[in-house]
Formats: sequence, structure tokens, C-alpha cells
Amino acid sequence: MTSWLLLAEAGATAGSPEGGLFDLDATLPLMALQVVLLTFILNSLFFRPVGKAVEDREGYITTSRTQAKEQLAQAERLEADLREQLRGARLEAQKVIQDAEQDSDRLYREAMAVAQADAIASRENARSKIDAQRAEALGALKADADRLADLIVARLLPAS
Amino acid sequence: MAPLPFALPFAALEVGQHLYWQLGHYKIHGQVFLSSWVVIGALLAVVVIGTRRMERDPSGVQNLLEFLWDYLRDIAREYIGEKAYRDWLPFIGTLFLFIFVSNWGGALIPWKLVHLPSGELGAPTADINTTIALALLVSLAYFYAGLSRKGFRYFEYYVEPTPIMLPFKIVEDFTKPLSLSFRLFGNILADELVVAVLAFLVPLVVPLPVMFLGLFTSAIQALIFATLAAYYIGEAVHEEHH
Repeated sequence: MTSWLLLAEAGATAGSPEGGLFDLDATLPLMALQVVLLTFILNSLFFRPVGKAVEDREGYITTSRTQAKEQLAQAERLEADLREQLRGARLEAQKVIQDAEQDSDRLYREAMAVAQADAIASRENARSKIDAQRAEALGALKADADRLADLIVARLLPAS
Repeated sequence: MAPLPFALPFAALEVGQHLYWQLGHYKIHGQVFLSSWVVIGALLAVVVIGTRRMERDPSGVQNLLEFLWDYLRDIAREYIGEKAYRDWLPFIGTLFLFIFVSNWGGALIPWKLVHLPSGELGAPTADINTTIALALLVSLAYFYAGLSRKGFRYFEYYVEPTPIMLPFKIVEDFTKPLSLSFRLFGNILADELVVAVLAFLVPLVVPLPVMFLGLFTSAIQALIFATLAAYYIGEAVHEEHH
């Protein structure tokens, strides 16, 4: 079971004489150069275009949001305005209704008063007429009664 | 000590063997460059596909790229500061992406299918040359950032808050790249070794949790490297408020 260990050791020590884990050579500067190149390539292919896209979008969102906020404010202003107008109109309507009610009330009262006055007047009139007729009738009755009485007296007395 | 009854095709540990390419008088590790080209190619392919048609309503790969960009910008902005982060975002971002894709590529791409005459393909970050190169780039970057932003006033940083700090700060300039490079190198190499040893001993199922752990540490290492690089640059460009 130790064969793999031996194998590993053989790989590490034997093989080429200059091998090993910490074998520094020209790979190092070339790799550094490669990474620097990659940085520039990625900068132009990745970081700049994607950054531009993201920042453009952020700008777009910011301006859209500002516009939306302005529009919202405007709408709210309009709404408040309309609400104010509506309130005014409602008050006015109430006033008109109240006026009309008062008017009709007044007219009703006036008409009522006139009618009542008329009624009273015609009642008084009728009563005075009735009184006059009654007095006249009573007078006529009295005269008839007196005449009849005289007649009766005259018929009875000569017989005695 | 009985010899194995059959030859295991799964894993043979090859530590410290390299595929040497001769370049003039110098030797370079071919397998590191091969795998790094695969990694860079994959990275560039994703980036090119994702930025081909940029739209205001992102979809598909553009979404992923924008998420990455946002993530990297947050790292850069948090550690470098609002004023200077734009200059350094590509560097920090490239470090993160290169290390992250290298680490995950080392773990996820079946490199074993490619046979090299010597050495084996793997994560480019499992080679000490790569990590030292990255760490030295970070050192250069923070010196350059400090000097270009503050001129020679940058060296005030070494005697702040008191001159007693001078030797410690000088030592720090050496320990920063050392710790950066060895942390990354050690973690990635150790991860590959552990997976290789486990796969050698028990080829099925058992290495899986360790592989997942390896993916996790790989991502963390990329994040740590990028974050520390950003922090060092931020430290260099930081203005003391008197």
C-alpha cells in the first residue's frame, strides 16, 4: 500500500533534476505579462462595456424616477385642485339648495298667510251675513209672533 | 508490499514534474501556460458572448456578467474607496476572475484526458510561478497606486502613526506578496493533492465531498486574493485626515 507514496516521492525527487514544487523560472514573468495583458483585454471587453451598460441603466432609472416623481407631484397637485373645486361646488350647491328651500318655505308661508287671511275674511263675512240674516229672521218671527198673539187675543177677548 | 494486481488508470501522483519548454536561454512550464490559455480562452469566450448585444433589459449571459461586474465593483469600492476604485476595478476584477476560473477549471475540467510527455495539466494557480507572478503584480500595483496618487508623500504611510512602525511596514512589503502567493498556491495544490490521493485510494464516491470542499475553498481563495489586493491598494491610496 505504500507504493503510491514511493511513487509520489519518486516524482518529486527523481525525474528531471531541475523539477520540484518550488521551481521558479521564466514562467513567472511571462505569466505576469499574460495577466497584465488579460487585464487590458478584459478592461476593454468586459469592465468598460458592462460598466457603461449598468451605469446607463442606473442613469435611466434615476431620470425615470425623477420624471415619475414630478408627474406624481403634478397629479397630486391637480387632485388637490380638483378636490378644492369639488368642495366649492358642493358648498355652492348646498347654498343653492338652502336658498331654494328658504324661498319655497317663504312662498309657502306667504301663500298660506294669504289663504288663511282670505279664509278668515270670508268666514267673518259669512258669519256677519248669517248674524244679519238671523237677526232679520228673528225680527220677522217676533213680528209674526206679535201679530199672531194680537190675533189670538183679539179672537178670544170678544168672546168673553 | 505486494505489487498491485492491476495497473490503476485513475491517478498517479506527479508532484513537481513539469513539461519544460525551452525559450531562448530560459525554461518555462508548458503545462501551466496550456491550462492558463484554456482558462483565459473560456473567460474571453464568456465575456465576448455576453457583451455582444448589450441591452437595457439584460438577459442570459449579460445578466451573469452584470452580476459579476456588480460583485467586483462592490469589492473594489468597499476596500479601495469611492475616489480611486474606478482605476483599479479592472485589475482587481481580472485577478478575481482569472484565479476563480483557474481554480474551478483545475477542479472541473478533466485534464487527465490529455496526456503530456511530462507533468500534468491542472489549475494554473497550483504552480508557484503563477501565484508569485500575481502577488508581485499586486505589490507593484499598490506601490504604483500610492505613488501616482500621493507622490512621495506615499512614504509618510511608513511612519504613520509613529516612526516606530517603519521596520514593521517595510517587512510588510515583503510579507504581503509572500503570504498572498503561498496562501493561494498552498490551498490549490493541497486541494488537488487531497483529491488525487483520495481518488487513488478509493476511486468512487468518497472523493466527492472533498471535491465539493475544494470548489468551495477555490472560490474563497479567489475572493481572498482579490479582496486583499483591493485592501492593499486601498491602504496605499488612503488619505490620512489630519
